[in-house]
Amino acid sequence: MKFVPNSSVKSLMLKDLGLNDIEDLFFDIPQKIKIKNFNLSKGLSQQETEQKLRKILCKNKSYNDILSFLGGGIKPHYIPAIVKSITSRSEFYTAYTPYQSEASQGFLQAMFEYQSMIAEITGMDVANCSLYDGITSLSEAALMCTRITGKKTFIMPHNISWEKKCVLSNYAKGPGIRINEISYDDKTGKINLDELNKKIDDNTAGVYIENPNFFGIFEDDITEIGKIVKDAGSLFVVGIDPISLGITKSPGEYDADIVIGEGRALGNPMNFGGSSLGIFACKNEFLRQMPGRIIGLTKDRDGKRAFCMALQTREQHIRRAKATSNICTNEGLCALAAVVYLSWLGSIGFFNLSKTNYEKGQKLAKSITAIDGFNLRFNGTHFNELVVKYSDDAKKLNKQLLQRNIQGGLVLDEFYPELKNCLLFGISEIHSDEDIERFAASLKEVSNV
Amino acid sequence: MYRSAVYDEPLLNELESPKKEKINIFTELPDSLKKKRNIKIPNLDETQIIRHFHRLSQMNYGIDSGIYPLGSCTMKYNPKICEEIASWDKFTGTHPCQDISTVQGNLQIMFELERMLCEITGMDYFSLQPAAGAHGEFLGMLLTRAYHEDKNEVNRDEVILPDTSHGTNPASVTTAGYKLIEIPSNKDGTVDLRILKETLSEKTACFMLTNPNTLGIFESDILKISKLVHDAGALLYYDGANINAIMGKARPGDMGFDIVHLNLHKTFATPHGGGGPGSGPVGVKIKLEKFLPTPRIGRTKEGVYLFDYDAPESVGKIRGHYGNFSVLLKAYIYIIMMGRDGLKEASEIAVLNSNYMKKKILDSKQYEMPYKDIRKHEFVISCEKLKKDKGIRAMDVAKRLLDYGFHPPTTYFPLIIKEALMIEPPETESKKDLDRYIDALIKIAQEDSENVKGAPNNTPVKRVDEVNASKNPILTWKMI
Repeated sequence: MKFVPNSSVKSLMLKDLGLNDIEDLFFDIPQKIKIKNFNLSKGLSQQETEQKLRKILCKNKSYNDILSFLGGGIKPHYIPAIVKSITSRSEFYTAYTPYQSEASQGFLQAMFEYQSMIAEITGMDVANCSLYDGITSLSEAALMCTRITGKKTFIMPHNISWEKKCVLSNYAKGPGIRINEISYDDKTGKINLDELNKKIDDNTAGVYIENPNFFGIFEDDITEIGKIVKDAGSLFVVGIDPISLGITKSPGEYDADIVIGEGRALGNPMNFGGSSLGIFACKNEFLRQMPGRIIGLTKDRDGKRAFCMALQTREQHIRRAKATSNICTNEGLCALAAVVYLSWLGSIGFFNLSKTNYEKGQKLAKSITAIDGFNLRFNGTHFNELVVKYSDDAKKLNKQLLQRNIQGGLVLDEFYPELKNCLLFGISEIHSDEDIERFAASLKEVSNV
Repeated sequence: MYRSAVYDEPLLNELESPKKEKINIFTELPDSLKKKRNIKIPNLDETQIIRHFHRLSQMNYGIDSGIYPLGSCTMKYNPKICEEIASWDKFTGTHPCQDISTVQGNLQIMFELERMLCEITGMDYFSLQPAAGAHGEFLGMLLTRAYHEDKNEVNRDEVILPDTSHGTNPASVTTAGYKLIEIPSNKDGTVDLRILKETLSEKTACFMLTNPNTLGIFESDILKISKLVHDAGALLYYDGANINAIMGKARPGDMGFDIVHLNLHKTFATPHGGGGPGSGPVGVKIKLEKFLPTPRIGRTKEGVYLFDYDAPESVGKIRGHYGNFSVLLKAYIYIIMMGRDGLKEASEIAVLNSNYMKKKILDSKQYEMPYKDIRKHEFVISCEKLKKDKGIRAMDVAKRLLDYGFHPPTTYFPLIIKEALMIEPPETESKKDLDRYIDALIKIAQEDSENVKGAPNNTPVKRVDEVNASKNPILTWKMI
């Protein structure tokens, strides 16, 4: 049978145990609950399996089949071949959590390097070696703020993704954290500073700000925001798109305490939204309250440099109910992809990538707004995503684009009723000038109908 | 004896950067955002990078290197065909917010996987959203709360666990804001019905159980347990980490469990990835269906798959989008390939392997195994005798196994066994490898104790000072 070598020596092994029948090993399962009918299909050969999957995949269109400018925090990025070449080394991907450090030096060192690079690009002192995704990273950050400050209110902008709000509200239930929202400025798309000033108080454990925010807009008052947060004695949590950090100040440069973000864009494919990579970094003073695995550098018995999991007493396998988080399995292989990807870019490539994404974003905005009926909804500086207001029905527009084999933007009014017929578009280095031209031409065609 | 590749591989930032860079400032940004210093990531050649990570990979032990009998982790062979198919860009290149007409293949896979998991577990509905087992447990606790709140039983704020539970269980319970009550196991190593009965009350929200439990013992009283829990108005939660023992044999749904999580990266052969990504789908009985996360996956009469967000009583979401799709896809491929007979045989041989190893090891009289004799897919031996006789601890045995070229078992867990080694030899291991592992364990017990305590010797580094790593944390290049 498949992948079960001892099928053929079953009776021999049973004999060693003094048994005749494999059922004898299951006598402790009460008769009443033994399965009578197991209604799954018969197995398939590897060849049949591959054929079946080929049929299924024909029903999908990847970004290579359909021109797409979808935003919403996830976009296709170019992944150099070197990434898969390393992540498909089965010494890496068939290993588990490096509990036995002497047999896991390779993965441990790679994770140490990942932490170093994440700390470097975010400007933080320390990073863990991944959480599930950027969204759960935010939730863990809110819990951490409460643990550190003992306060029970967490402030976040109104304009973050609805998924983030929903997940955060679930994680907040445990410790009973109250969530307060601050609105955005209708013109700029940035958060409303006056409202932050009003809402922040002695009970505020932390304030979350995204830069760039969900609308793709940079919060260029970020230093000021940081000051407001610090003056109130709260912790400053910043959400980032790692791709933007090649050209913008890192959160460390404006005194963030905790930095979170979705790291998928660093060398990992979109994969229909999963797997993902939760980035989590913070200042050294909060290290012992951090969730998740952290790899440290130490020495072996002979004094030679060695790596191992550090500060394990924060974790569930040691501290159980008192752990800083319940996370065990994380997104290690995605973190490996990220460190290989960042190595491949180097600081020069990282700067150029960041710059290209910014420039493409400007180009896209220019091309779209040149068409009648399309306007930028906000006038703040945007990165590689932008909110466009359409003068007609946005959903209808997407349908018409789809007929031309183009995937339109994310329709926002479901989550932001005030943003009627607004679409969130995204672009990255994979989009060529021809792609933008074709897209703009189609928008023009469709909007004229 | 085994020899691992050994390199004194420098850190990336210690490699020589062939390219020199000038300060790069992007002038178009507003001054308050402008980055004024360069990020310090070395600019290396592709060959340097490949060799670096290639060498690192050679200093890492995975299932493809050899047997990896980490208890409760089900380190089974990861079929290559799953990796291959899951890397096709028709899957990897899809955006989660694409028009659903362009991702019908993905939706079909998720729709069918949910149904297959229902059949394997005997549950009515599944959510594929959780990213790992612990994440599934957290969702289970949210569902538990939603269920009791719906019935207006808001005072149920306690969750009961046996003292053999996985570390994630108590952590998930407290993360979700429940009070934890841990109950001691009985002399068989199973749930003590009397104590359970005394502990259950109108305050109990849920009883979490792994079956077979972490000692590898099937809780034969499960129907009685289920009755006690339900009579008290509480829910019964199944930690599916150990379901590799019973596929095609028994189903948690038939045992009376209300909520189940599975670990696709364990039982369904998706790789552990050096720590993840995993996937921890959660199944429920019909009475909990309306609380499951959104979106649910539906299918119209015409056979069109869709996302259904119309669930007013849903707990909402616990992560972005729909789950770790790449992992779901691999598990789907594994299940259709194995089929009903394949999965059943996988469990049978996993249990056979475990009992075979257990008998041979115990016959040697070097190790002891407290509690009931019959075990399922894993068993836990104690090195207490070795410790008393020769001062050799479970950790020493584990490290010495590395010298023999084997990955050690889980150590010091569950906590109720002293000097524990928790061994899980999945069905994908051959008798020959099991025999070699058994021989190594016996030999180690007979070796000179200094030899064992000095292990490992053949790994890239010798015994690592983990205490120092926590006392004086060096966690980045900068901190060196």
